[in-house]
Amino acid sequence: MNAIEILGLTKEYGGRRVVDKLELSIPAGELFALLGVNGAGKSTTIKMLSCLTVPTEGDAQLMGHSVRRDGHAAKEILAVSPQETAIAPNLTALENLELMAGVYGRSRERVDQVMERLDLARWAKARARTLSGGWQRRLSIAMALVSQPEVLFLDEPTLGLDVLARRELWGVIRGLKGHTTIILTTHYLEEAEALADRVGVMNQGRLRAVGTAEELKALAGCDSFEDAFVALAGEGAAS
Amino acid sequence: MRMRAFAKRNLKELLRDPLTLFFGLGFPLVLLVLMNVIQRNVPVHIFELDTLAPGIALFGLTFMALFSGLLLAKDRSSAFLARLAASPMTAADFLLGYLLPMLPMAAGQTAICLGAAVALGLPLSWNLPAVVLSLIPSALLFIALGLLCGALFNDKQVGGMCGAILTNVTAWLAGIWFDLSLIGGPFQAVAYALPFVHGVEGAKAALAGDWTALPGHLLWVSLWAAAVLGLAVGLFRRRLVER
Repeated sequence: MNAIEILGLTKEYGGRRVVDKLELSIPAGELFALLGVNGAGKSTTIKMLSCLTVPTEGDAQLMGHSVRRDGHAAKEILAVSPQETAIAPNLTALENLELMAGVYGRSRERVDQVMERLDLARWAKARARTLSGGWQRRLSIAMALVSQPEVLFLDEPTLGLDVLARRELWGVIRGLKGHTTIILTTHYLEEAEALADRVGVMNQGRLRAVGTAEELKALAGCDSFEDAFVALAGEGAAS
Repeated sequence: MRMRAFAKRNLKELLRDPLTLFFGLGFPLVLLVLMNVIQRNVPVHIFELDTLAPGIALFGLTFMALFSGLLLAKDRSSAFLARLAASPMTAADFLLGYLLPMLPMAAGQTAICLGAAVALGLPLSWNLPAVVLSLIPSALLFIALGLLCGALFNDKQVGGMCGAILTNVTAWLAGIWFDLSLIGGPFQAVAYALPFVHGVEGAKAALAGDWTALPGHLLWVSLWAAAVLGLAVGLFRRRLVER
């Protein structure tokens, strides 16, 4: 079963098309990495899929719920971990998680489960603003997980983290694979290669190539994933 | 449930901000004491407690606009609001979640201000709780003005709009420090078209037990509060989802 069906999704700002007739299907439980240079249309795509931006044309269905016509139902089953750390700074880690549990009508037991899973219990009573960048990012992801989303959008989840913190978060994200359908955007190519079941490369609002890391390397005729990305996402790919 | 969880968060954010405690509680008290000391040392009656206390109670409420505006603007500028906007929360959940925790704060602030006035010599009477109630429409108005600014501007701009301009406009046009009839003309007409002076006069009427004068002032402030709140809701709803 496909968790996400994207059908001709298009977004224009003032006549400028930033996402152009996107077509994509993502099976339930898959971790799909969306790659592209800045301005490729990744963030706008995520915003449309998470009902934060109304598409100009086309539609997308999340577990059968249209983001255009049935946004409220879609919002019940999706969660977003935005690029910036999205936490309430003056609340403790526990209070941040309780807030999200309250918003989605989840139990206190669910909060405890997520705290344990992401090893956050030791910081439960610490104000979020006092946590290090890595722990704030971990808390931000935990807040997205409290609702037990069927579809999770992770926008640059490890941006700005050191190698160790990034590797730890990779472990957390790997643990979600199979249970939750994830769309991950990242500028770290090794992250996409290590985590994603499939990768999509966007350029100038269009999806240029979709496949496993190996398939994309073969498609671009390159030995390394980075060379394949440059070949597929570079300016030349637009022509 | 959603609104309650969000309101609880907002209350904690506000109460844990030292700026809120200083400006919300400390500043009106400092003004009240200062004006009272001035009154004791001048031969004319300009800052009598029965007129000063309702005025300063209303002036203190201008800070509610600053707090609500800053909270919304900071949430808007961070990814936190985007996270919640992608949740099943509705625009009503958001606005009520911002508004409701501030109303008891405003009532508490007014009660503390009146309590300080009593300590300074204002006679204790059963009309004091009526003053607190009479200022609720004004509290609603200032919170709504803050939310309107928070929906329109960033946190620095909100600081300027609500922290400087609104406090000055209120100070000049609410008849707190001087009788508006001393200036008269268009100045007085504009002041009476706006809600601030009606908030002060309503509170003065409640303190004096003048129940015939009170409804007119309350109605005018309530109409303004409803209009500003409606505008804030409309703007916030548009800002929540990008078109």
